Amino acid sequence: MSMDADLVTKKFKVIGTRVARPDGIDKVTGRARFGADATMPGQLVALVLRSPHPHAIIKKIDISKAEKLVGVKAVITSADLPDYTNGDRGMLDILENCMARHKVYYDGHAVAAVAAVDVTTARAALKLIKVDYQILPHVTHVDDALKADSPLLHTHIVTQGASPEATEPSNYNKYAEYGHGNIELGFKDADVIIERSYKTEQTHQGYIEPHSCLASVSPDGAAEMWVCTQGHFVYRNQCATLLGLDANKLRVTASEIGGGFGGKTHIWAEPLALALSRKANRPVKLTMSREEVFRCTGPTSATSINVKIGAKKDGTVTAAFAELRYTSGCFPSNWAEFGAMTAWACYDFKNVKSVSKDAVSNRPKTAAYRAPSAPMAAFAIENAMDEIAKAIGMDPLELRIKNAAKEGTKSSYGPVYGPIGIGPTLEAAKNHPHMKAPLAKNTGRGVACGFWFNFGGQTCVDLNVTPDGTTTVAVGTMDVGGSRASLALAVAEELGVAYKDVRVIVADTSSLGHNDMTDGSRGTFSSSMAAIFAARNAITVMRQKAAKTWEIPLDDIVWEDGHAKATGASHGNLAPLSIKDIAGNAGATGGPIAGHSEIVADNAGVSFGTHIADCHVDPETGQTKITRYTVIQDAGKAMHPSYVEGQYQGGAAQGIGWALNEEYVYGANGRLQNPAFLDYRIPVCSDLPFIDTQILEIPNPHHPYGVRGVGETPIVPPLAAVSIAVTNATGVRMTHIPMSPPRILKAIKTHRG
Amino acid sequence: MSIEVHLWGALRPMVGGALSISVEAKTIRELFRVLSNQYPGMEPHIKRGVAVAIDGKIYRDQWDTELPETAEIYLLPRVPGG
Repeated sequence: MSMDADLVTKKFKVIGTRVARPDGIDKVTGRARFGADATMPGQLVALVLRSPHPHAIIKKIDISKAEKLVGVKAVITSADLPDYTNGDRGMLDILENCMARHKVYYDGHAVAAVAAVDVTTARAALKLIKVDYQILPHVTHVDDALKADSPLLHTHIVTQGASPEATEPSNYNKYAEYGHGNIELGFKDADVIIERSYKTEQTHQGYIEPHSCLASVSPDGAAEMWVCTQGHFVYRNQCATLLGLDANKLRVTASEIGGGFGGKTHIWAEPLALALSRKANRPVKLTMSREEVFRCTGPTSATSINVKIGAKKDGTVTAAFAELRYTSGCFPSNWAEFGAMTAWACYDFKNVKSVSKDAVSNRPKTAAYRAPSAPMAAFAIENAMDEIAKAIGMDPLELRIKNAAKEGTKSSYGPVYGPIGIGPTLEAAKNHPHMKAPLAKNTGRGVACGFWFNFGGQTCVDLNVTPDGTTTVAVGTMDVGGSRASLALAVAEELGVAYKDVRVIVADTSSLGHNDMTDGSRGTFSSSMAAIFAARNAITVMRQKAAKTWEIPLDDIVWEDGHAKATGASHGNLAPLSIKDIAGNAGATGGPIAGHSEIVADNAGVSFGTHIADCHVDPETGQTKITRYTVIQDAGKAMHPSYVEGQYQGGAAQGIGWALNEEYVYGANGRLQNPAFLDYRIPVCSDLPFIDTQILEIPNPHHPYGVRGVGETPIVPPLAAVSIAVTNATGVRMTHIPMSPPRILKAIKTHRG
Repeated sequence: MSIEVHLWGALRPMVGGALSISVEAKTIRELFRVLSNQYPGMEPHIKRGVAVAIDGKIYRDQWDTELPETAEIYLLPRVPGG
């Protein structure tokens, strides 16, 4: 993979312009096809029977009456999903999460599914399925799950990484630690030490479109699936494994997506739809209700975090420590470890340590949520930075600037940083008019930083020039945040044509090689890189065709402004050939014009952002109103600034909801109490001010145009920025997210004694 | 060519607790092969996914990437995204 360093500083023609989005009209007129819009002749309706218990042994399932109901075409249990995972425990966990095998691990865990001619029949069939449960004690809170006497979920989980080595099974699945220096010595050098504990509650990504898929499996084993997903190739691979299919037999087409944010990087119901279709020999559509989305898909972790920080009076942080405890839901993962890696990553400390403890509990399997694990860690760490700054009488922003990581800093997760952007975002915040604006009564201001690892991954693009000279681009990375517009801009820039002459589609899994899913802020970063290389390859093809047409050497032809141009004195009279000219004569010059690119877009570069929040808190009700909000982040190069601003604003809006209202509430019976948007309140337009943005453009040397991923970092600082603002408005340190009105009132009353 | 490879916490028990080890390898692919042979306990981690930071640049997939003798080499967990 080549990089043209000159392009990092080149003057662009269409990159950076705010062209109309290609999916805009279809989305606002209802023409766009989302997951539930797929239909096939003869399709059946699928519904899933789910456990009402958070933890129980399945003693027996009787589906005989349901199978006999007129209109029911298939009923499945785990017996219809044999284990093809060949010893891969991670894949077996995915299978077991899709359909419980011997035990149920959370309220909502699937135990059976039916496919029937209509929804009424399917509902009636669910009522005819009898499940005999042996109810077990349950645990839903992370600190309880870590206790030695906690109800045990799995007998095969023994703590990894613990010292001394663990030998007995427990819910505590992993220990890890990061850092350098000697924190004990560092704390001895401190003039001031602050210690505090923080908690964040479990939240859902809150995408508006519920999960939906339409599966059709033929008797010969060939299958098709239309699904709402962030990664149809990954869905294809995983479903094929779990169904015992060859991957090439399963063709998956991704629908438009009504939000994902990490929650649609995992399969939940798709294997059930495929298994039902295989058994019924009919197409099967399975669409989750909102309640199912909350109860049975993957929210982010609930956390409990301790922080200790020490500093000298001049603002030098001498030592920093954090212990992060995250619940992964009912199957093991490393979410706390990722929190530990990101926790102190914005700073340059001599002595720093973070340790993580991951635990399983009787909650749904945790999924990624936009910069997974980082927002909770930032909430605790940034509050600690704010608190110690005030304790030594220093402006918190100045403390951050003084201790900010920079090129050459040994990061808290290990490697030494190359050029990074935390310093410029902090300086931009310091100089932003927002920081100088006066504050009204009962209003506070909070500033916080955030860090995230971006990545690239496997990416394919096929570019084809049509006979009329326009261009189609097929990409395998799902368009979640506007990548089709950015890809069209990139191809237009390379070919020298108008944006309107390039159409980008997301191709199905039988049309391209494997593509990683759209996560890790990789969509535009990696697929635009592949599109640029595909366009350059197509230009070479078109130059070759011009060479044949003119019967002159290839080296005598350059590509400029959408035309092949002959160079040199001997060819000076040749009129340039446009793409239309070359495409129209393609048959006579060797055949169709195409450019391909299959790449691994590694080394995406880490990302930083700084947010400023103003919050008014009503001291009588505890209600918080965001009165002003500013996001500052480095985009490398904003290919389509409106989309970049949208990512910044969307991340901030989600983070504000997480900070103020969103929360999974479990009853003593282990059942989720609020699986609906009425009781699980995400912010709506009237809750939010205009969210201002400042795009910094510090080119990424590892992308041809200098682009960085921007999708995830915007959600990292808001929990901290809003909580610090509320702390400044109330005079009480806020340590528990979300800061709902009752929680704020309780904190104020406790503080006042 | 011998390079110094720094390990994250989960890998250290497989090398007796050392923070770093010296390995003969010119590329990421060769590094993973040598580590799997010399420290069998690392193989499951490598199969699940290990990222390699070379002078702070994080590589997750490009196993052909060369490991300069003077570079800082760090093994890290493969972080997911959302």
